[in-house]
Amino acid sequence: MIRFENVDKWYGTIQCLTGITARVNRGEVVVVCGPSGSGKTTLIRTINGLEPIQGGRILVDGTDIHARGVDINRLRSRIGFVFQSFNLFPHMTVLDNITLAPLKIGNRGRTDAEDTARSLLARVGLSEKADVYPSQLSGGQSQRVAIARALAMSPPVILFDEPTSALDPEMVGEVLQVMKGLAHSGMTMMCVTHEMGFAREVADRIWFMDNGVILEDAPPGEFFTNPRHPRAQRFLSDLRH
Amino acid sequence: MLDILRDNWLLFLVGQYPNGPLGGLTMTLLVAVSGLLLAFPCALLIALGRISPYRTFRLPATLVVHVFRGTPFLMVIFWSYFALPLLVGDAIPGFATLVGALVLYESAYLAEVIRAGIEALPKGQYEAARSLGLNYPRTMAYVILPQALFNSLPSVLTQFVSLIKETSLGYVISVNEFTFAAAQVNNLLLTKPVQVFSILAMTFFAVCFSLTQTARMIERRIVRRRSGAAPGARPPVPPIAVESAP
Repeated sequence: MIRFENVDKWYGTIQCLTGITARVNRGEVVVVCGPSGSGKTTLIRTINGLEPIQGGRILVDGTDIHARGVDINRLRSRIGFVFQSFNLFPHMTVLDNITLAPLKIGNRGRTDAEDTARSLLARVGLSEKADVYPSQLSGGQSQRVAIARALAMSPPVILFDEPTSALDPEMVGEVLQVMKGLAHSGMTMMCVTHEMGFAREVADRIWFMDNGVILEDAPPGEFFTNPRHPRAQRFLSDLRH
Repeated sequence: MLDILRDNWLLFLVGQYPNGPLGGLTMTLLVAVSGLLLAFPCALLIALGRISPYRTFRLPATLVVHVFRGTPFLMVIFWSYFALPLLVGDAIPGFATLVGALVLYESAYLAEVIRAGIEALPKGQYEAARSLGLNYPRTMAYVILPQALFNSLPSVLTQFVSLIKETSLGYVISVNEFTFAAAQVNNLLLTKPVQVFSILAMTFFAVCFSLTQTARMIERRIVRRRSGAAPGARPPVPPIAVESAP
């Protein structure tokens, strides 16, 4: 589904991704973790071209998304993306936030798009918020709407960039619940998060990153009980304290 | 002063109209409103050019902004007045010359106002729209501009105020706007210039002040709306109480 082939990324003279080679298979849930500054967010943002790369290739469903002449907008509509800071459009109602892409680029009729949006809202447990503006939502509700919006074009894969990091602790659970539901429905997911409980429970594999390199790529059972790399061992022991 | 106003209010308000050309305060407002309405779309295009990733659009837009922001308005008027007829080969009415000069000049300023409005939006808005698969024009049209233009409404109004004041420079090319009407009244009375020009000043002030106040009111409303709109906005943290010494 997603394949990284020897990906390099530089910010000026600082290399922040080095020789990333990895793959996410269809229906898999991959959790990316690691200390801050390790390149997790950069990595996930390269997948839909929010960040350019300087070397290697990234294939999504077989298409090299950084190649010249690629219809990046079409590709992006096939990749859901959920931000740390929600980024809902404050001048639109919740329903309009969700129907924007289907109406403007999906060539869907209004009633059709709104039906889909309402069923997505029901899925994230916010049916009654359809006509409300984002300013009237809590953080947790905003992020659930953002997830519904990311799903509006029915993408086969959805990316999460620290989806719970901007939330008050009591709201983390409701968002993780929605994400677990998605994972169990067989969605291909890649998620940068510090929620190790979530990783342990739903991830098929965990990537541990440090200094722009994927140091470990292992199933959660193996990663949490028996990490091979000393940096990962230290990260996990720091988490426990 | 009141009797000057009583005897000449029609001249102040509409000039010689309906027996002659329209003038006075009405003319001033007409010039200002048409200037704003025509300058706004130009300003929008220049602003989009200024933030464009393509040099082909960015360079000319930047040039226009810097040239007009670096020249006095009176000079722009003279250029329009003397150079345009040479280019067109025909005389151009004063009204059109003044409006044209205003559009050229104000577009540059308004463009910077709009650009500031666009650049003040969180980057996440742009990224979220692009991530949904919206291309650049659609992102601008549906996500960025509706917010940016609304947010820059107070500054646009403030700019409109300075536009109203600039119309008085139309006097030098004999556009019979408000200042011109005041000068006419002054010529009729001959002995009361201070009173006549006080009327002019007070009227300008009343019009401009009420517009500035409107701008401030709108601004407060936007700030209130925005603070409510900030995701995860919390009430301000109360300062740590310092025990007062007994």
